[in-house]
Amino acid sequence: MSDRTIAVISAGLSQPSSTRMLADRLAQAAVAELEARGLTATVQTVELRDVAHEIMNAMLTGFPSGDLRGVLEQVTRADGLIAVTPLFTTTYSGLFKSFVDILDKDSLTGMPVLIGATGGTARHSLALEYSMRPLFTYLRAEVTRTSVFAATDDWSGQDDVNPLPDRIRRAGRELAELVAEQENAGPADLYADAPSFGELLGRL
Amino acid sequence: MQFGIFTVSDVTTDPTTGTTPDDTQRVRSILTIAQHADQAGLDVFATGEHHNPPFVASSPTTMLGYLAGTTENIVLSTATTLITTNDPVKIAEDYAMLQVITDGRMDLMMGRGNTGPVYPWFGKDIRQGINLAIENYALLRRLWTEDVVDWQGKFRTPLQGFTATPRPLDGVAPFVWHGSIRSPEIAEQAAYYGDGFFHNNIFWPVEHTKTMVEYYRKRFEHYGHGAANQAIVGLGGQFFARKNSQDAVREFRPYFDNAPVYGHGPSMEDFTAQTPLTVGSPQEVIDRYATMRDAVGDYQRQLFLIDHAGLPLKTVLEQIDILAEEIVPALRAELEAKRPAGVPSNPPSHAERVAQARAAGTAGDQHVAGDDHWTGKTAEDDTAAADKVSRAGAAFGL
Repeated sequence: MSDRTIAVISAGLSQPSSTRMLADRLAQAAVAELEARGLTATVQTVELRDVAHEIMNAMLTGFPSGDLRGVLEQVTRADGLIAVTPLFTTTYSGLFKSFVDILDKDSLTGMPVLIGATGGTARHSLALEYSMRPLFTYLRAEVTRTSVFAATDDWSGQDDVNPLPDRIRRAGRELAELVAEQENAGPADLYADAPSFGELLGRL
Repeated sequence: MQFGIFTVSDVTTDPTTGTTPDDTQRVRSILTIAQHADQAGLDVFATGEHHNPPFVASSPTTMLGYLAGTTENIVLSTATTLITTNDPVKIAEDYAMLQVITDGRMDLMMGRGNTGPVYPWFGKDIRQGINLAIENYALLRRLWTEDVVDWQGKFRTPLQGFTATPRPLDGVAPFVWHGSIRSPEIAEQAAYYGDGFFHNNIFWPVEHTKTMVEYYRKRFEHYGHGAANQAIVGLGGQFFARKNSQDAVREFRPYFDNAPVYGHGPSMEDFTAQTPLTVGSPQEVIDRYATMRDAVGDYQRQLFLIDHAGLPLKTVLEQIDILAEEIVPALRAELEAKRPAGVPSNPPSHAERVAQARAAGTAGDQHVAGDDHWTGKTAEDDTAAADKVSRAGAAFGL
């Protein structure tokens, strides 16, 4: 068993997907940085497309079914999360947001999160800062200082000043620093933490 | 083991004909359904309480009071009575009245209600849901068990020298269930009082129900009401049956596909695999519900939702006949055969509760003396009249 687990969610829709490619590279960077700190890590990657119908059903029925239950378990029990989405119409994709919407609002509290996004041109890069970051801040996650946006041109490697591999490395290091510090104690046990009747009366 | 039906009273368009009953038709259908369930020999009819369209069951004791006079044996109940937004004083009065009228052939189930706007419409804050349930129910119990109540709380105007009438039948309060889908606080409340716990699992996977019921049973034992397996448990359920499985699937599918809550979502096949909804032959319903005890232990009440999603009255009455004639006898035999000695088959009846209260010396009075100083007086006379009242609680200490 490894020391840490990192969940990766990729909301890319095509096959192959540049969103998935970015997610994989971010995961590799984080794992390498954890290893440099003497920690082994397991990466569990989920393509949201594979559970897209279950996500919509969970929104409609109120409970997760099928493979989605395992996915939710993986994400909420991980020591760190890498979340990568394509940018659609100025922001994260509807599928990505739908997945976040069915998470328990407390389930990512304190979770180290690295956010990433893909888009056509670098003109969209701030979407990570004005939409993705506040989303995870609302959920009280620990979002790394660096977020990684990859435009189509970034994959050419032409940027000599601040190339994508450098940004990926820096983001991976920041996530590894947070993940190295703490392990996920698992979701709160609703029943173990339930108040006694005396405590319930005491709240009145 | 009690088997019955519960209605949410939705007015829904029949997707196969496009027709929608009006409120009057729907109320009358519900009355017919309850009467038919009684004649068919089912054990329980329970109505929900809602205060917004498309539901019509806003006034449960009016409906159940009528049914008390037009049914013979069926236990009349609620699923649920809103303990958060109703005044507990009015619940005490209404349901003691129903208890007297039915001669004890009733019980009721507390629930918080999940319709957000109902809270502000009734002057309450939904964020106080649990606290309202705890405080209001504590007052409700005192109003039934204590003749004269002095009370002060957070959510309702104080009471001094208040007596709820009529006093409960034979001096023993109605049996109470608490329904909750995901709040351990409510299971805890039911366990604390030794009341029944009902899990309406119709939209939930059974593992979830199992966890909640296990918690209630453990806490029931903790509070000294008996062993965990003696706690009083009820479950929701949902089925559509025809002699041939394929006919049931074909007939029910349009209602499933367009139903409130799960319509236009998962396929019927997925939903029936994940939740207790069973669509098929009577034997398939029997087989499915015979397994519920594996998850929650031996339980006492099984209620089915059968009159929703726009199903026509005629079909609903046929479902009642199938339930009463083909499903319940086999299911009852199977579940009772497996029930260990010492685990009650039914929730306590009124007669059993009276016998128990008398043995324990806790049965209350059936009449509380009180002089009427008010009738025929003017409001201005009230102060003087109130001065003459000298009862426990020093009422109106003016």
